[in-house]
Amino acid sequence: MGAEHSHALFHHGHSPVHHLPAHTKLVGTLVFVAAVAVTPRQELWAFAVYAAVAVFAMAVARLPVRFVARRALLVLPFLGVAALVPFIGGGETTDVMGLALSTEGLWAASGIVCKALLGTAASIVLAGTTEQADLVRGLARLRVPPLLVMITATMLRYLETVAGELRRARTAMQSRGHNPRWLWQATPLANSAGATFVRSYERGERVHHAMAARGFTGTPPDLNPQPAAGRHWIRAIALPGITVAVAIAALAS
Amino acid sequence: MHAPDGFLGLGTAVATGAISFGVVGASLRMARTRLADRQIPLTGVSAAFIFAAQLVNFPVAAGTTGHLLGGALAAILLGPTVGALVVTVVVVVQALVFADGGLSALGYNTLNMAIVTSFGGYAAFVAVRKILPRNASGVATAAGLAAGISVVLASMALSIEWLFGATAPVSFDTVFAAMVGVHLLIGVGEGVITGLLVASVLAARPDLVYGARHLDPAALRGRASLSTRGLVIAALAVTLVVGTIVSQFAGSDPDGLERVAEDLELTADQAGDARGPFADYAVDGLDNEQLSLAIAAGAGIVIVGAIGYGLVATRREPSAV
Repeated sequence: MGAEHSHALFHHGHSPVHHLPAHTKLVGTLVFVAAVAVTPRQELWAFAVYAAVAVFAMAVARLPVRFVARRALLVLPFLGVAALVPFIGGGETTDVMGLALSTEGLWAASGIVCKALLGTAASIVLAGTTEQADLVRGLARLRVPPLLVMITATMLRYLETVAGELRRARTAMQSRGHNPRWLWQATPLANSAGATFVRSYERGERVHHAMAARGFTGTPPDLNPQPAAGRHWIRAIALPGITVAVAIAALAS
Repeated sequence: MHAPDGFLGLGTAVATGAISFGVVGASLRMARTRLADRQIPLTGVSAAFIFAAQLVNFPVAAGTTGHLLGGALAAILLGPTVGALVVTVVVVVQALVFADGGLSALGYNTLNMAIVTSFGGYAAFVAVRKILPRNASGVATAAGLAAGISVVLASMALSIEWLFGATAPVSFDTVFAAMVGVHLLIGVGEGVITGLLVASVLAARPDLVYGARHLDPAALRGRASLSTRGLVIAALAVTLVVGTIVSQFAGSDPDGLERVAEDLELTADQAGDARGPFADYAVDGLDNEQLSLAIAAGAGIVIVGAIGYGLVATRREPSAV
């Protein structure tokens, strides 16, 4: 993740996917991921259909290939671990290019890789086409407890601010010659993080005062109501619906 | 530790999801009395801090870096229920917005990274506090130890979930040894940074540290005197001892997974059949199983440390920033 800006997760656009109300997209994403999760890993054809569905959704959303690829890098460490499984797994073996690999391990690795990649793809489409503020309102409309929604909203709102404060403290230390290389040299770093916590907390107190002054009574006003008509739901559910049908067929076969 | 979709079996995903749902619901109910509307922005900005703290790298050795997980830190600063809620929000947002960790994996990711670290970490904090002096140094040291323990607990939780929801023919022993071994070392970094961080918050605003709220303000006055180098060395020593003890649990001959496999009438071969130098997690040629296990674990830690040192020693040049 590193120093990535969170708004880089959103790809500005005016595609049909961008215009769907956030809560319908949330439901669609969850349905897609659930369908992928229940599919037995031997049914490779089902995963091929899911991949086609995911690519189609990305194309309709007009997400650039480079944007998707950069975001998908996060899943790489786990794929690396999965790639080891055929080598350390036991049981019957299959010859792959002269190497005797565990058959069960190969199936396991392909299952983990397929499901992890498809799940990541769904998440990229959702985050790439939905503003964070709309996503939070979508959670509220799906009846997530208001306390959690408000914590999420405030967190996303101040994440860049706090992360930027931590980065600047580090830059300031480095410009004064502190560039720790060992764990026991990390004291100034921990101190600056501690100071940032105190400042974050005090910022939270000021934010509360500002909100109270503007009439906050415990629930934030919905500034961008996105009512979902039937056609929105149909569009949001259409593709995940295909995956559900495929998953049922795969389970039955 | 952000597991992707499909990492564990469906049943485990659903079961851990139900557990997480229940615990988060209970935490919400318990926290509601504490979180008057005044507290909501405070909690949100604190959540932003925990998220940001995960993005900041700290040095581990010779220029390599690690980053905080922050569950125990959140629990000690904000209290275990609010801490668990905050880290839950962080984990959910990471899956939903950052594609870091699968959506269908949210059950076990929330359980391991938010619930186990917050509540387990706070339990360890309370236990360690009992034997430490009631002052700033005591609180900071307990915070450090608890944070280290919380990371190990989370890795053990994931290994145990593997026992029920394994998606690959890798035995519980192997997963347990690898997960706990690696996370013992990660826990050292987590513990040292958390301890120092809590010490610096105590120095500035002791009233903001939930874990120190019962202490006499007079006892908290004055900076915690922690020797960072001493803390690192002590943590490494604890790691070696704990690694050796913990490994005792890892191997007894038909272990749970193998027994389940036998019940399902799979042969032992299909359930995993290790023939490496540490085959079935015991050193060849030693009859005493406990001793050989201890040696295998100790060796694992030393080997990982040595390989790590060897790797980083070749990159001695200060990294360009």
